[in-house]
Amino acid sequence: MKAEHNLMVSPVNRVMAMLALVFLYLPIVTLVVLSFNANEVTTIWSGFSVQWYADVVGNDAIMRAARNSVIVATVATLLASAAATAAALGVARSTTAHRTSVEGLFSMPLLVPEIVTAVALLLLFVIVGLPLGLTSVVLAHTVFCIPFAYYPIKSRLAGLDPALIEAASDLYASPWRRFVRIELPLLAPGIFAGALLAFISSLGDFVISYFVSGPGSTTLPVYIFGMIRTGVTPEVNALSALFLLASIAAISIAFFVVRRLNEGNNAAGGA
Amino acid sequence: MTTSAKRRNLALTAPAMVYLAIFMIAPLLLMLYVSFLERAQFGGVQWGTLTTVAYEKLVVERDLLGQLAFNTDYLSIFARSFKLAGITTVLTLLVGVPTALYMTTLSKRNAAIVLFLITIPFWTNLLVRNFAWILILRNDGSLDWVLQTLGLTHEPLNILYTPLAIGIGLTYSFLPYMILPAYVALERIDRRLIEAAFDLGADRWRTLRRVVLPLAMPGIIAGAVLVFVPCLGAYVSPELLGGGKSLMIGNLVQAQFGESRNWPFGAALALVLVLFLLLALASLALLKRRSALRLS
Repeated sequence: MKAEHNLMVSPVNRVMAMLALVFLYLPIVTLVVLSFNANEVTTIWSGFSVQWYADVVGNDAIMRAARNSVIVATVATLLASAAATAAALGVARSTTAHRTSVEGLFSMPLLVPEIVTAVALLLLFVIVGLPLGLTSVVLAHTVFCIPFAYYPIKSRLAGLDPALIEAASDLYASPWRRFVRIELPLLAPGIFAGALLAFISSLGDFVISYFVSGPGSTTLPVYIFGMIRTGVTPEVNALSALFLLASIAAISIAFFVVRRLNEGNNAAGGA
Repeated sequence: MTTSAKRRNLALTAPAMVYLAIFMIAPLLLMLYVSFLERAQFGGVQWGTLTTVAYEKLVVERDLLGQLAFNTDYLSIFARSFKLAGITTVLTLLVGVPTALYMTTLSKRNAAIVLFLITIPFWTNLLVRNFAWILILRNDGSLDWVLQTLGLTHEPLNILYTPLAIGIGLTYSFLPYMILPAYVALERIDRRLIEAAFDLGADRWRTLRRVVLPLAMPGIIAGAVLVFVPCLGAYVSPELLGGGKSLMIGNLVQAQFGESRNWPFGAALALVLVLFLLLALASLALLKRRSALRLS
């Protein structure tokens, strides 16, 4: 087993993989290191300082933008997770045609270039007369949160024994009771993982927020973009580094949950 | 399936379907409609009369005397976008496929760790990660500092705010989109086929070319499309690393909704992007079918 595994081992591939990893992490590391630089001129190192982090925390506009981001991500995630959970249950025992049409529509927000979705939604909101604010940002974010919330629930459902749910029906549980007592607890890890992915994508979204947010509804990425445009300051470095580390922490949790979930599925399949 | 079960299934999927119909499909149709309208004098659009003015603007321009003249300004932005998206796709192929190959030779545990490391940047904020390249590439930035400290260069390289900087940003942004599908495709290959190729006397390069890559081709092509399509419509990398000039289609679209205030033209440009997406997906389906036929 081991020997055939290594038939394709090649030093070229190894070097390329190392290069790819260095390439992916070099900017992240550079950013984090420079955010602790005491010098105003961000690229000349002159000593360790957490001054810029203090500035970020003390900046009211940044805190407001952060609050907006959290509100938007929370509401969009709740809406998307509810819709995605229902949809996953709906297609689980439905026809292939039904499933294909649902999943085809769900893949659209992921396939259509972000800038196109952003422009199209802006036109919709302006023409319908919806003022650009937190509501428009939430409505827009829910669009791409639905597919992110859906796929982990779907993979959780695929790993479940249908007999569990059928047994509940056989025992005369009402649909609602069956959902609350059987399906929801069984799906919970999938719903959680999906919600986390939806939350992370909402928090990180810049392009769509940039188009559909108004003056009072600036989200953190939109605020950071404005800061970068006016000039690279140590404060931007600190804020960006904080943002990066927070999303890395969140995605690590999501990844861990999904892994546990898949291991659970494999174990259930083997039993 | 009973009628009530059918109705129940439809009702369960209805909220998400209706939501996406209103906030994904309807906006695209609206955009299609707006692209055939004329701009109003102070931004916005004139309702009612349909025209193809916005699409004509892509190739011709009306001069002061009202005469139509061929205009290559926008076409050159399209050409640059295609060139950058193409170069980025090739670069991600050159780095991504060997990386994916390397991952298949790792133990399950190590492969999971590398997979995790490649997935993290994919999920973290694109804007912030592109911003980090400003720190590296700008004059007297980290790259200049390293090179000058080592005595390799004595002048700033002046990379930031050039198409090269955009290319670096795009490759960086979309590399995981290539590695992940390529890895999934390579991982699925039946190892006995590789063993058989070796047993029959093929060397590593020949096995790679004749067995491994053809089998993984659908995944590699999918990766290429996943890189090429968002690159074509990229906004963040060209905006931050290209220095705010309208260097790619994405910036041009944004400008129509910002300073230029020409919604029909912006809508038309965005639709052209959708058209390229559809073409890419159609060719992907075609290529997949062809490679499936060849293997069967």
